[in-house]
Amino acid sequence: MTLGEGGLAAALTVLAFVSIVIAAKAYTPEYAFHAYLFAAASVAAVFAIVNRYFERSAEAPPLEIDGKPNYNMGPIKLATLLAVFWGIAGMTVGLWIALELAYPALNFDLSYISFGRLRPLHTSAVIFAFGGNVLLATSLYVVQRTCRARLVGDLAPWFVILGYNFFIVIAGTGYLLGITQSKEYAEPEWYADLWLTIVWVVYLLIYLGTIMRRKEPHIYVANWFYLAFILTIAVLHVGNNAAVPVSLFSSKSYIVWAGVQDAMVQWWYGHNAVGFFLTAGFLGIVYYFIPKRAERPVYSYRLSIIHFWALIFLYIWAGPHHLHYTALPDWTQTLGMTFSIMLWMPSWGGMINGLMTLSGAWDKLRTDPVLRMMVLAVAFYGMATFEGPVMSVRDVNSLSHYTDWTIGHVHSGALGWVGFISFGAIYCLVPWLWNRPLYSLRLVSWHFWIATIGIVVYITSMWVSGILQGLMWRSYTNLGFLEYSFIESVQAMHPFYVIRALGGSLFLLGALIMAFNVWRTIYPRAAVVPVAGLAPAE
Amino acid sequence: MSTSLWQKHWILERNSILLLIGILVVIAIGGLVEVVPLFYLKSTIETADGMRPYTPLELAGRNIYVSEGCYLCHSQMIRALRDEVERYGHYSLAAESEYDHPFQWGSKRNGPDLARVGGKYSDDWHRDHLNNPRAVVAGSIMPSYPWLFTTDLDYAHIAEDMKVQSLLGVPYTDEMIANALADVRTQATIDAPDAAALARRYPKAQARDFDGDPTRITQADALIAYLQMLGTLVDFKLYDDKANIR
Repeated sequence: MTLGEGGLAAALTVLAFVSIVIAAKAYTPEYAFHAYLFAAASVAAVFAIVNRYFERSAEAPPLEIDGKPNYNMGPIKLATLLAVFWGIAGMTVGLWIALELAYPALNFDLSYISFGRLRPLHTSAVIFAFGGNVLLATSLYVVQRTCRARLVGDLAPWFVILGYNFFIVIAGTGYLLGITQSKEYAEPEWYADLWLTIVWVVYLLIYLGTIMRRKEPHIYVANWFYLAFILTIAVLHVGNNAAVPVSLFSSKSYIVWAGVQDAMVQWWYGHNAVGFFLTAGFLGIVYYFIPKRAERPVYSYRLSIIHFWALIFLYIWAGPHHLHYTALPDWTQTLGMTFSIMLWMPSWGGMINGLMTLSGAWDKLRTDPVLRMMVLAVAFYGMATFEGPVMSVRDVNSLSHYTDWTIGHVHSGALGWVGFISFGAIYCLVPWLWNRPLYSLRLVSWHFWIATIGIVVYITSMWVSGILQGLMWRSYTNLGFLEYSFIESVQAMHPFYVIRALGGSLFLLGALIMAFNVWRTIYPRAAVVPVAGLAPAE
Repeated sequence: MSTSLWQKHWILERNSILLLIGILVVIAIGGLVEVVPLFYLKSTIETADGMRPYTPLELAGRNIYVSEGCYLCHSQMIRALRDEVERYGHYSLAAESEYDHPFQWGSKRNGPDLARVGGKYSDDWHRDHLNNPRAVVAGSIMPSYPWLFTTDLDYAHIAEDMKVQSLLGVPYTDEMIANALADVRTQATIDAPDAAALARRYPKAQARDFDGDPTRITQADALIAYLQMLGTLVDFKLYDDKANIR
């Protein structure tokens, strides 16, 4: 047995024992349930390690075969399939809570599925489970290809993929059971946060290690973005989740920060979860998959450099625009607004670099629905990164904040930008990884149009409802009284909530079409002749 | 000149550790400038009389508020805008959440702001409302929370919660922590003999049977106790806005 196998198996055995002790002494049955999950997962992992030891050949897989890199694609295949699974799960929950807002009877008076518990399940499932697995799969694929080197580590890549998805399971089941620390997009409690920290550090190490193993003198631009994403998310995660647990036997912890400082730390985290998880990471996809699919080089190398450094420098300041007119000091609000407006420039620089990469290949938009999907994603990126700075202006924000306009804005980014670039990457990756042609490009076209109509329906309904809501709250009668009670503004939202659910269901339908297409690609009904895949060194 | 400058970027492109350090430096600046001064600039948090830590029952209620995800639909932050002040009351002060680990300002109003909901409605109203919001507010889209009335409050470890909070700077005294369990029972009982001692430890603490069931202490007792104290600690008849211009 190698040191890695033995060490990991021993560490997981210890974890299993500790978990069982915690389960026995846990303050609440919900926490005991999580401890048992930890124990079961650790035991299963130890079993898998031992089993693999007896199955595998004596020597480690070679780094190169016939002078060409021997890529490690197993963990990437798994992450790709999990992304499809979690995407559909997360979007289904999203559709359900959209319907709960339109028809509150759908809460069924059950604690586990009441809106307050399902909403973090939706956001975590689509951002961290779907988006996270897309980022894991694409980043570990791109780093190998662009460095022409096999992934560092034997068990480590599997540990990252499986450990990350175990974190998702703990987080998601926790919300349903009422375990949350209420920090938006960072709801999981202290033990889940600790686990994620370990997984994330291993992720950073294998990423960095693979870059160090590269055969190319330069680190390709997509890797800069992935590296910034991995590193910054680590910093944000640790800073925002700093907490003291009530006890080892309690799932409850208290955040170290309080009140106004906690609000600032939260939105420093929250806005940069957008900036680095949902933007920098997915820009890594843009810089590899679009040039590859269009068979054109990246439009401008210099624009890439400016885009990269300006984007990561400016983004980190933007958080306070979530706190305009609140008890956060004015100077902080002003800084947040100023930098949010400046952020428009690098964002559009990136958009231009992505779109102009199609120079000389625009005709492919007619024939290749996958490329069309990724290009529309970049266009949505441009739209959302224009709308964002507008909403960060104090006077606009006084109207938009607390309303559905924010929800609409988030979804034009999440569905249009992150969703479409992810679907595009999955449509590229599955044929590359399994070495066979995509089952149907026609179905991709159907996915594209159904989902696009869904997004347009979704975001326009939220624009109307958000602006209406904001105007009703500040509307005065001729005599100088507030014109509407709060509940009147709630009732006015109903038709838009129904329309939004319709848009969301179209988007979900598109994802289901994709899942079928992926399934048929991997498990074709008739034997297909495998296409000549990309040569390993490509 | 320009060519050489672009070529200098090669140094970062060829050295992963330098690239990593470069990224770390660039992303650290904004966060440090915006976050760190909030901890030492005195003007960040106003001086406002009346703030105190939550009673153990209120703290337990707040934990239920967090656990049920109430913050996802209700803000606790009244912005300094005319319509908000007229609808909800005086704009929120930073001082009013200085003991909040974590803060509950929220980001979305599917329902109204709750920063000053304390005392606005009767306990009866809250009971009916939590049991079935549409029974008292036609057209409400809030879920019903019947299980709060049938689930006993788990407060056996609440003193440990207070100890952790005091470690983080919330001014819980040893006396408060020692009396935690008794204070929960006192506050959830009508005409409790120790109510005076509770009110001495926690000024303005309201003690009564919040959920309408005197035989047990339920999650609803704790949650309603929390809702009924929100925004009631600072007396805005005495508070001087001008003294705290920042």
